[in-house]
Amino acid sequence: MGRKTPLFELHQELGARIVDFGGWDMPVQYASQITEHHAVRRASGVFDVSHMCPIDIRGTRVREFLRHLLANDVAKLTRPGKALYSCMLNESGGVLDDLIVYFLTDTWFRLVVNAGTRDKDLVWIRQQSAHFDVTVTELTDLAMLAIQGPEARAKTVALLSASGADAALALGPFFGREIDDWFVARTGYTGEDGFEIMIPAQDAVRIWRELNAAGVASCGLGARDTLRLEAGMNLYGNDMDEKTHPFESGLAWTVAMAPADRRFIGRTALENITPSRQLVGLLLEDRGVLRGHQQVVTPAGPGEITSGTFSPTLERSIALARVPAGALQQVQVDIRGKLLNARVVKPPFVRFNRSVFA
Amino acid sequence: MSNVPPDLQYTKTHEWVRRLPDGTVEIGITDHAQHALGDLVFVDVPEAGRALKVGDPAAVVESVKAASDVYAPVSGEVTQGNPELAKEPEAVNTDPYGKGWLMRLRPASGGTTAELMSAPEYQKLLQTEAA
Repeated sequence: MGRKTPLFELHQELGARIVDFGGWDMPVQYASQITEHHAVRRASGVFDVSHMCPIDIRGTRVREFLRHLLANDVAKLTRPGKALYSCMLNESGGVLDDLIVYFLTDTWFRLVVNAGTRDKDLVWIRQQSAHFDVTVTELTDLAMLAIQGPEARAKTVALLSASGADAALALGPFFGREIDDWFVARTGYTGEDGFEIMIPAQDAVRIWRELNAAGVASCGLGARDTLRLEAGMNLYGNDMDEKTHPFESGLAWTVAMAPADRRFIGRTALENITPSRQLVGLLLEDRGVLRGHQQVVTPAGPGEITSGTFSPTLERSIALARVPAGALQQVQVDIRGKLLNARVVKPPFVRFNRSVFA
Repeated sequence: MSNVPPDLQYTKTHEWVRRLPDGTVEIGITDHAQHALGDLVFVDVPEAGRALKVGDPAAVVESVKAASDVYAPVSGEVTQGNPELAKEPEAVNTDPYGKGWLMRLRPASGGTTAELMSAPEYQKLLQTEAA
């Protein structure tokens, strides 16, 4: 049996099918993955993301430490509460994890890292922090919910005090702050507006039920995966890992190579890399479903799908694939021995419930 | 509880078999199987004329999550794949024993069949798997 979040019994009561995800027993779907997907695109849905790990880092040199630890540059964070998406690299430039970092005060930053990598990340971060005199604290006794969709913010703030609701609604995209006894952030993994909230573990079941009562649909990891893939967002372990670097993972935009004197971990390796591969989006033009590990045939050589699924919004199959570098328009994918045609596109596939491709 | 019609035969791999009056058999996946797979979004059925042996992968049903093979429960020649499923794969979810049939085939004379179960035997299997 895997680890369980404070909402595990409630998921079972709600009829969820439970699967292992990164060592955690998590709900993959309640009744219908497609219905849950559409609920988020059209109204609102709530996901249990308590398996992810918030880590507080405090100290007078915390900013200096994170400028060393992370491939993106926290010097970009000038307003308290602002968040940044970044990779954490090893010395070879391989991706140890992708994470969100919040700038809270000059001596306090918060990271949120993936479930499957949390133990390894904590060891790595503590090792790297040795010379920076910072404290690294894994936050426990919290539940984390993602409430996503066009109605998500309004439904969520109804559970806060009047002043708390005002404060939450005032949060700009990619900002977070403590409100009442929650930490509320306007972030997500679906391509829709919404919040991710950290709440006391003992309140999680009550808040989930209140959200359900307000019409927010319970959504599982299945819908989370189709939503993030439509939004063109990578999944750690599928689309990148320790053996791949950001430049071949569609993540060059998250690596701050300027200023040149910021010697973050992995920088030297990246400076010596000319990417021979790239991560692209694929839209299947024939009938079928693209899946991870299917082989891609391109004029420039072979590639492989890293994540593939049926897109409920587009009603066709989409994927991310690692293929040779260079301009590509049409490729073929080997599905059970048949070569099917796919068009190469730049993700995202869907933004705010609209197809990006006419 | 899964729906298990009494007039059909079943396999361990959750296919059902219906004997039709013209001597052919109709094949699909059970209510239990469609429920376990989740929302189906693509179904690949065999073309008429294809010869199948018991246990051959005969069709593919794909949900949002995963692709699964459907195995031939009977040896024989495919007479028809269900043409409606290209447009409406969800029929396998909503009506697994009716509109969601996958293929029909003419059993080979003296051909082998998988160990087909009666409805009560299949019910028992489901209970064992659930335990």
